[in-house]
Amino acid sequence: MQEMFNIFVRSVFVDNMVFSFFLGMCSYLAVSKTVKTSLGLGVAVTFVLLVTVPVNYLLNKYVLAPGALVWMHLSCSQVDLSFLSTIMFIAVIAAIVQMVEMVVEKFSPALYNALGIFLPLIAVNCAVLGGSLFMQERAYANIGEVTAFAFGSGLGWLLAIVGIAAIREKLRYSHIPPALKGVGITFIITGLMGIAFMSFMGIKI
Amino acid sequence: MPFSRENPITVQVLGICSCLAVTAQLKPAVVMAVSVTVVVALANLIISLIRKTIPPRIRIIVQLVVVSMLVVLVDQVLKAYLYDVSKQLSVFVGLIITNCIVMGRLEAFAMSHSPLESLCDGVGNGLGYSVILVSLGFIRELFGSGSLWGYPVCEKLGLYAAGYENNGLMVMPPMALILVGVIIWIQRSRNKDLQEK
Repeated sequence: MQEMFNIFVRSVFVDNMVFSFFLGMCSYLAVSKTVKTSLGLGVAVTFVLLVTVPVNYLLNKYVLAPGALVWMHLSCSQVDLSFLSTIMFIAVIAAIVQMVEMVVEKFSPALYNALGIFLPLIAVNCAVLGGSLFMQERAYANIGEVTAFAFGSGLGWLLAIVGIAAIREKLRYSHIPPALKGVGITFIITGLMGIAFMSFMGIKI
Repeated sequence: MPFSRENPITVQVLGICSCLAVTAQLKPAVVMAVSVTVVVALANLIISLIRKTIPPRIRIIVQLVVVSMLVVLVDQVLKAYLYDVSKQLSVFVGLIITNCIVMGRLEAFAMSHSPLESLCDGVGNGLGYSVILVSLGFIRELFGSGSLWGYPVCEKLGLYAAGYENNGLMVMPPMALILVGVIIWIQRSRNKDLQEK
């Protein structure tokens, strides 16, 4: 339990998706103009991460990892399908995003209207695929830790995009050199936020 | 002119994710730049060849499959010939799949142009991406670790003896963002028409 909490806090603050790995930057820059839409996208990304990463963990553990097919037949213990992992992960993500979209549309039209336009975008968001790839690389011990990691990194992403959106809303009223307007200043502010987040480094619970 | 006026990173703002994470040193930056150029060019060519047979409803899935096939190939080649660099790049090779440059060019160009034009467009965009990637890698490695391609330049020049210190912040992730911001700033103050209102 303590280990799970540790992973959760680390993935929100220390290993933040945006500030230390630059994942999901494209939508981060494109959708961070107002707080409201960025909150919607943040919630959607967190939700999709929370679903896809544990599913990909099971897929990796029981199908793709070296010797993972042992449960099927003993002779399969030499089979190593890990070279297929990237392509399988992206297929799972695309399928799950599609399914989530249909389920949400059926059962909660209000939520669907709020998230609707963002859901298809998420399939090609690097933060989501990155979550699955990091999960594979860091070799978490069990599904609880994986879920904690997925939820934490989603929340960290949400925090980052809502933060930058709030700053950009204020920024509209300040004087910026014309050449820096828009993308340029957003990059520099993200860098400064990243430096602020670096002060969380070394947190250990 | 994807080098400057339509540079994928500074003007179209695509493919930032991978661009920043791999540029702390020159060598991984160059490897990444080459891989992305190869993937964009070939994916553009393939999609352009089969563009008339792709049903529009499922085109995203088709594009994803083509791109991820190419990325798996690149990944395997890197693992075979440049194992240490491929370890350094870790997940970022896999993340070429969701690199917005690839999907963006496929959607915007390859779906509507002839194979030869698409190939050129892919190579051009890949090179535009490479220019930024390599210059970031150059600046960050030179000032951050005082070396180039692993060769200790500053030490050989005797700068340390003269009291020079490496700027440790340069190898940290946030500095990459600030540097890109500065590159955009320089470029836009020279090309006034690129400025945002």
